[in-house]
Amino acid sequence: MLYAILCYHDEGFVGSWSREEDAAVMEKLKVVHGKLAEAGRLGPVARLLPTTAATTLRKDSEPPVVIDGPFAETKEQLLGFYVVECDGLDCALEVARDLGRANPGGAYEIRPIGLFMPGTAQP
Amino acid sequence: MTDLAWIETAITAARPQAIGALLRYFRDLDTAEEAFQNACLRALNAWPQNGPPRDPTAWLIMVGRNVAIDDLRRGTKQQPLPDDAVISDLDDAEDALAERLDGSHYRDDILRLLFICCHPELPPTQQIALALRIVSGLTVPQIARAFLVTDAAMEQRITRAKAKVARAGVPFETPGAVERAERLGAVAAMIYLLFNEGYSAAGETAGVRAPLCEEAIRLARLLLRLFPSEPEIMGLTALMLLQHARAPARFDSGGTIVLLEDQDRSLWNGTMIAEGLALIDKAMRHRCTGAYQIQAAIGALHARAPRYEDTDWAQIDLLYGSLEILQPSPVITLNRAVAVAKLRGPEAALAMIAPFEARLGSYFHYFGAKGALLLQQGRCDEARTAFDRAIALARTPAEVSHIRMHLDRLMREADAAGRASA
Repeated sequence: MLYAILCYHDEGFVGSWSREEDAAVMEKLKVVHGKLAEAGRLGPVARLLPTTAATTLRKDSEPPVVIDGPFAETKEQLLGFYVVECDGLDCALEVARDLGRANPGGAYEIRPIGLFMPGTAQP
Repeated sequence: MTDLAWIETAITAARPQAIGALLRYFRDLDTAEEAFQNACLRALNAWPQNGPPRDPTAWLIMVGRNVAIDDLRRGTKQQPLPDDAVISDLDDAEDALAERLDGSHYRDDILRLLFICCHPELPPTQQIALALRIVSGLTVPQIARAFLVTDAAMEQRITRAKAKVARAGVPFETPGAVERAERLGAVAAMIYLLFNEGYSAAGETAGVRAPLCEEAIRLARLLLRLFPSEPEIMGLTALMLLQHARAPARFDSGGTIVLLEDQDRSLWNGTMIAEGLALIDKAMRHRCTGAYQIQAAIGALHARAPRYEDTDWAQIDLLYGSLEILQPSPVITLNRAVAVAKLRGPEAALAMIAPFEARLGSYFHYFGAKGALLLQQGRCDEARTAFDRAIALARTPAEVSHIRMHLDRLMREADAAGRASA
């Protein structure tokens, strides 16, 4: 089963990391990524640009309304996501815990993926 | 991150909102700042033991307010401070406060705080110094180092600024729509000034002053989170991101300026460029053009060109044309002349900038650009005269060595020509 692990955190907090702190977190995450990749379990990983760069298309009107900013104004924002091959939720949780030790604070939301298409775009 | 690093980041992130709220309670910058400092000291004590609070900002505001009120009371009658155990047991009160913070209240707090820092009665250097001290929480020595002045001079500058703000009186009511738009404009201008302080640095000072650019970008992102649909704030943020993305390529290892045409584009920061491009794209959809958006759009055209030769000069010329209409200034015409030289040759560009010689008579870039244009035309003697004036007007060693490079080349070419004809 493929699981999506969505990374939530307070953007104001993450945005206040110094360049060195950010680099240090990324280094620790790379170790976890490396292990998953070696086992062939790592799908696409994405770090999203800040929510200030986001635009939302609201589908509940015709024509749909386009608004600035992310879908909802909440304390924590979706900052990125992983796609990981896991045997089940426990396994996915274990990966999220590993990631969480490398990048503390915030939350990971784990969602099984129903349909997966790898796509062609390169970031 | 270690506990301590985590706490420091949480405090930095919470600072503008917390100071803003404390300022609303106490209506005095010094009291608000002191209350926040006290709350931070308590946090350093309590958080490692009790774990991080659910909402660090709410915690800091609550504790800061309580401690300051106690200080005020102690002024009238001696009363002991509550001990840390009481303070750490704030969960319920904190929840209630966090609820309210989620509302619109804090937007006005932060805007008011930023607006106070760029009070129209303060000269720009004091505005920036005050913002770095109060909003960003940099220490006086840090700010002094960035502005290349002594600690004592910077301390004095900030004290004066605070005194002036206190004397001028600050309106604490929620600003109306028109006033808010005016305030946003003033705040945006202050943030861009701060950015330029960092951006114009070169050579040895670049390392000290680059953080000013990063802080300006952080403040712009903060404003943008508060006002996500203001196209000019998007433009300002995009502009700074696109300019700062080139920082790693702007100077060589010796600290000499590397011109855009010679920069190694692989050194540009791709993530910053992507964010800048996304923001300017979004801003343009609003069809409400402003000067920051146009400048960001020009920056975007440079960022999008894979090589210097691919630059869309025609589009850049058009954008500078609209900038001239919106915000007429000889400096903008001077920049436009660079695009004109690419499109219609150096002669057209020289004719365009000639009328401004008197007004830009003390502007380094005017004579640098003029010299380069004359050189393109093969008018070496006149070019040398222009470069000499540029050197006399240069403010940084990097500017001097950049012009000296042109002059050295002229000398070598003159030498070679002399030998050939001899």
